[in-house]
Amino acid sequence: MDVIIDFISLVLKLAVPLTLAALAGTLSERSGVINIGLEGTMLMGAFFAAVGAGLSGNPWVGVLFALLIGVMMGLLHAFFCLTLHGHQVVIGVAVNLFATGITPLLTRLVWNREGASDTLPSIAAVSVPLLKDIPVIGKLFTNQPPFVFITLFIFIVLFIFMKRTKYGLRLRMIGDHPTGAQTQGINVKKYKYFAVMVSGSIAALGGAYLSIAHSNVFVLNMVAGRGFMGMAANIFGGWTIGGSALASLFFAAVQSTRYYLIGSPIPDQFVLMIPYVATLIILTAFSRNSRSPEGLGKI
Amino acid sequence: MEYAIEMRGITKRFGAVTANDNIDFLVKPQEIHCLLGENGSGKTTLMNILFGIYTMDEGQIKVNGQPVHIRSPRDASRLGIGMVHQHFMLFNQNTVLENIILGDERVPFFLDYEKSRKEVQSLLDRYEFHIDLDEKICNLSVGMKQRVEILKVLYRGAEIIIFDEPTSVLTPQESDILLGMIQNLREQGKTVVFISHKLGETMTIGDSMTVLRKGAAVANVLREETSVHDLARHMVGKEVETSLEREEVEPGECVFELADVPIWEHRKSCNLRVHEYEILGIAGVDGNGQMELEESIIGLRDHRQGHQYLLGEEITHEPTLLRKLKGMAHIPSDRHKYGILPNETLCRNYLLGNQEREEFKSHGLIRTQRLDRFSEEMIEKYNVYTSGIEQTSGSLSGGNQQKLVLSRELSQSPKFILAAQPTVGLDIGAIEFVHRTLLQKREEGCAILLISADLSEVMALSDRIAVMYEGEIVAVGDSSEFTRDELGLMMAGHLGGAS
Repeated sequence: MDVIIDFISLVLKLAVPLTLAALAGTLSERSGVINIGLEGTMLMGAFFAAVGAGLSGNPWVGVLFALLIGVMMGLLHAFFCLTLHGHQVVIGVAVNLFATGITPLLTRLVWNREGASDTLPSIAAVSVPLLKDIPVIGKLFTNQPPFVFITLFIFIVLFIFMKRTKYGLRLRMIGDHPTGAQTQGINVKKYKYFAVMVSGSIAALGGAYLSIAHSNVFVLNMVAGRGFMGMAANIFGGWTIGGSALASLFFAAVQSTRYYLIGSPIPDQFVLMIPYVATLIILTAFSRNSRSPEGLGKI
Repeated sequence: MEYAIEMRGITKRFGAVTANDNIDFLVKPQEIHCLLGENGSGKTTLMNILFGIYTMDEGQIKVNGQPVHIRSPRDASRLGIGMVHQHFMLFNQNTVLENIILGDERVPFFLDYEKSRKEVQSLLDRYEFHIDLDEKICNLSVGMKQRVEILKVLYRGAEIIIFDEPTSVLTPQESDILLGMIQNLREQGKTVVFISHKLGETMTIGDSMTVLRKGAAVANVLREETSVHDLARHMVGKEVETSLEREEVEPGECVFELADVPIWEHRKSCNLRVHEYEILGIAGVDGNGQMELEESIIGLRDHRQGHQYLLGEEITHEPTLLRKLKGMAHIPSDRHKYGILPNETLCRNYLLGNQEREEFKSHGLIRTQRLDRFSEEMIEKYNVYTSGIEQTSGSLSGGNQQKLVLSRELSQSPKFILAAQPTVGLDIGAIEFVHRTLLQKREEGCAILLISADLSEVMALSDRIAVMYEGEIVAVGDSSEFTRDELGLMMAGHLGGAS
């Protein structure tokens, strides 16, 4: 039994950044804005979380920094896409390149080091009172990073928002047919801006998890494709909040195999490949049948 | 007398073009008022001003006697004006109910489907609409989708409803139902503006009419005072020949044959034969396989099954270019996508499809002088209205673009002409020209396959008619064998209409 609980616990930890990336992707793409800049936004989030935590000595200040930079990256993305009418894929690529380019420079400026930051204060794991005392599954609520619960909370809020509120309904419909929404007197641009900015902050939060919760140091390129994997999970999940979350858990489960295969006769390189290969296979197999928002990428 | 809508002296300019020139448009309460005019006569501009999409340069608007400023569709909506758009503004993946309430959910934050359902249901009862509120839009027929559009407008409490060319997408039967619904709306106290260029339905439904021509209002009449003929004269500005003269000619040899080609997968294969001196018309509601048929005949789809023959030779797997060289001409249904290069000059457009002909090339280069001369000849022969061969084809009017396509395609004296939706979006003058050209080619001995969603056009031109429904040819026969109603029923999938 403990083996299973340990496995679930590990998957949850690995799923945090993927789920946040996937939810961010779903939110943005449901509004009709292609967001392949998630990877870069996460990296910026990871970096600024490190800056905030490092400067103040309090990791929660880092989280705040990440949220702010996420909103700003989203604003930038939305401005280029929606106001200047740039090509959304190109802008996403630009965001990624910008983040990979600027973070080493800033790392150098802030910590005067190459490749990584100083050691940072990080967010300690918590145990949930009461729940932790439940037999067997109580272990899931013991010594967990708070990010697991934050992610769960964000998931629930987004799920209800999309399904049960009028603003969620409008957002979903805008992604399918923006002109149709416009004829109903809905300010489409406002909704898209909102979606992309919130999406940015969620993605940056995923980045913050990597630098100040999962570890206690910012390393260059530490996002390592998780933003793209989140995008893949969003597609695999059919552009729905629930689907994205499930797909992220699945990817996390695949990733966790790495920890179980250490020391096995399979060469390390192959083990490290597993999540990426799984992403590739799943995208090829499922992306054809999954239905994207009809107005995706249109202005 | 207080008008429901009173638009006076409306002028709207786009650059140098005056789309609306000092138009007066007056609608009485609780009448059905038809706004007539050809494409480009300014109907849509005028209605977009009323609906707040455009702002006028001059003029004033009163609604129910009150002067108003309408700056956005939201303003229009607040004044009780609703529009049923020609191109549906519906969300395919959402339910009927969600489509109706979008933008006017009447809740602060959380949706309340039960309350909304009750409100919409009471509308359904009042106007005797029958529709399943939980069905997704993508599963509805075109007629049903239009009903959803009307419900959206009613739900928002519109008292004045604008219908923008509502019958252009419907079968004759669906049109009749719609006209009945519109009359019912008037009986319930609504005021209706009905935009159309079809004279017949205008005379059936309208209480009064305003006719626009070239941006100006040229007539404002009551139905009792006018006739189809009068209205046509107002619209075009000259006498129009409403009937086409066609000589009786005996069909000759079979020129093109389509044998056992499955147009839609998992459906019955199609068989067609087109003869010399004959126009075979394909009737059918848009989206029933016409596009696929067109693409398969010109060689854009390679079918594994079936055969195609042109002048006795098998061309089943021949590419488009060879088909054209063997005497096939193609007037494509999507003029902008397949017929012209909108950003290129007219002579480049004349080269399109002729690029392999010896007279236009030498050692891999284009013989521009010959091409220019050829283009000028064609422009003159077909009366293409242009500033010269260096003009881009995209800046021509629709009618002139079609003349360009016709002149190019017919210049090689083809044996077989595939004319797909040849008059879509053209004005009456241009339509007449296209019809005459096709009939003339028929008298010269061409075999013509006419695909058209306009049933009147098919009936007026064809010697024989085939009906397409869901990718199958469901009936073929001499055009004299079918009545309009029978064809309409078969187009809607009710077989046995002919027997």
